[in-house]
Amino acid sequence: MLSIWALGFLAFTLYPIFTSLYYSLSDVVLSGTGIQITFVGLANYRAVFSTAAGFSFLQAVLDFAIEVLVKVPIITVFAIIIAVLLNQKIRFRGFFRAIYFLPVIIASGPVITQLVNQGAATIPLVEQMGIRDWIDATFVPALAHPIASIFDQLIVILWFSGVQILLFIAALQKIDRSVYEAAMIDGAGPWESFWKITMPALKNMVLVSVIFTIINLATFSENPAIVHIKDNMFALETGFGFSSAIAWLYFVVLAMILAVAVLLLSSFGKERRRS
Amino acid sequence: MDQKKLAKVRKVLLGRNLSEGIFGRIALYGLLIIIGFVYLFPLIKMFTYSLKDLADLVNPVVEWIPTKLYLENYLTSLIVLKYGKTLLFSLSVTLIPALLQTVTTSITGYALAKFKVRGKRLVFALILLTYLLPQQIYMIPKFVLFDKLGILETAWSILFPATFGQGLSSAIFILIFYQFFRMQPVALDESAEIDGANPYQVFWKIGVPLAAPAYLSSFLFSFVWYWNETYISSLFLGKELYTLQLKLLNFQSQFNLATGISQTMTNEAIRYAATILIILPVLVIYLIMQRWFVEGIDRTGVTGE
Repeated sequence: MLSIWALGFLAFTLYPIFTSLYYSLSDVVLSGTGIQITFVGLANYRAVFSTAAGFSFLQAVLDFAIEVLVKVPIITVFAIIIAVLLNQKIRFRGFFRAIYFLPVIIASGPVITQLVNQGAATIPLVEQMGIRDWIDATFVPALAHPIASIFDQLIVILWFSGVQILLFIAALQKIDRSVYEAAMIDGAGPWESFWKITMPALKNMVLVSVIFTIINLATFSENPAIVHIKDNMFALETGFGFSSAIAWLYFVVLAMILAVAVLLLSSFGKERRRS
Repeated sequence: MDQKKLAKVRKVLLGRNLSEGIFGRIALYGLLIIIGFVYLFPLIKMFTYSLKDLADLVNPVVEWIPTKLYLENYLTSLIVLKYGKTLLFSLSVTLIPALLQTVTTSITGYALAKFKVRGKRLVFALILLTYLLPQQIYMIPKFVLFDKLGILETAWSILFPATFGQGLSSAIFILIFYQFFRMQPVALDESAEIDGANPYQVFWKIGVPLAAPAYLSSFLFSFVWYWNETYISSLFLGKELYTLQLKLLNFQSQFNLATGISQTMTNEAIRYAATILIILPVLVIYLIMQRWFVEGIDRTGVTGE
């Protein structure tokens, strides 16, 4: 019964992966009669660090890394807050859940692009209430710009946290209510209960959610780094070989970001246990 | 006495935890509604703008409620998108691969959950790898492969990988089914085997019916993800075949092509109308099947044990 999957894996995943590695080490020329592949060693990788196309890709990757650094903590914190709110005994819980999950259903690349282009993804209140001015006045320019851009993109950022909210709700529902009651009898307030009971229970889920968020951001179809990979495929001066090379470099960067995130989160976990 | 009264007032106002007490409640519902509004804001804006005519668009007084019901934007969008035809094609490259993918990943998940397969750990590692590895890495050879097979720029380039469990997010669905089938009691299968059922019958008669909720959730997610996907489809379907999402992506050129007017930027009302038309099918499905989407995530088994 596994054979269908195994067949598919060999044909549509494993074979392409190895071919891609080979392409990245080759000069691939498309012509009317077919493709010509000449082995060129690391030339494509060298080109990434020495040509204009390569530099603009590196810039896109750098932007992506900064995006991860900014967005992942925001998404995670927001998702936890909303999940905790939704897990309270409230009326219309189903209704609120339906709203918060809505973006997962409709947020495709083109739809988000439309929203951003037409200005529907910024909250007019941010401008009207002078939050922008306040940010400009309070922070040094180097900090003010990134912070302001977070406010500008707040809706888009929140729109990416639907699945994460559900992950955290699932984890919250596994916590035994009687633990809270026992803590309450011992005099713990809501704040203490949150840090001593809720957060430790969510620790594993934070890791899952962060990994999911990073991969989601990395493979989002409007991500500039990914757009580069596709655009270079058919660009005259670059082609399949160069494109494969930057795809692999992108994977290496992604793997490094994931590794750093996992290491950071698991070391935090240990620290807390020791104290 | 005063002490007691104070304590009582405190309890009414603050409560013993977040969801009790008047302050807590106000804060809780206030936050939920504010954040909920942030989520809904783009949709509301999109909808009201899509009903505005040119006069309303430029009139600064008309913000939320258009002065009249103006449906011309929708009519224009329907023509630009060639809605009927494109919708049918879109469904053929979303509904069908979603169905095929659900069947294949369920079989794979079942095999991993129920049988002693040699190298099971390796298979799991490879499945996870297909999730972690960005599609972009093996898109190019796939492109060449599909070209050789002659299925490039046809719907088959989407359908084939789905059939073989290598479609969009297949790894996640395999894990969902694995988790689901593993939780089914083995005793049921054994009793069926004693009654003379072969493994395939056990799968069909016991495994599948019991896993109905997992099938529904997986199919729905698969459908929605295929619907929203544009990167792979724009590459493999080429320049001739358009899904609704791809039409939206190239809305300007599509608009100029359909109307014969050469504009650099159509007014936002028409674009919003087109966007609404494109999210409409999934929106309707979501509103009807909402419960299954939300529960679907709980089933993934990533939730811990």
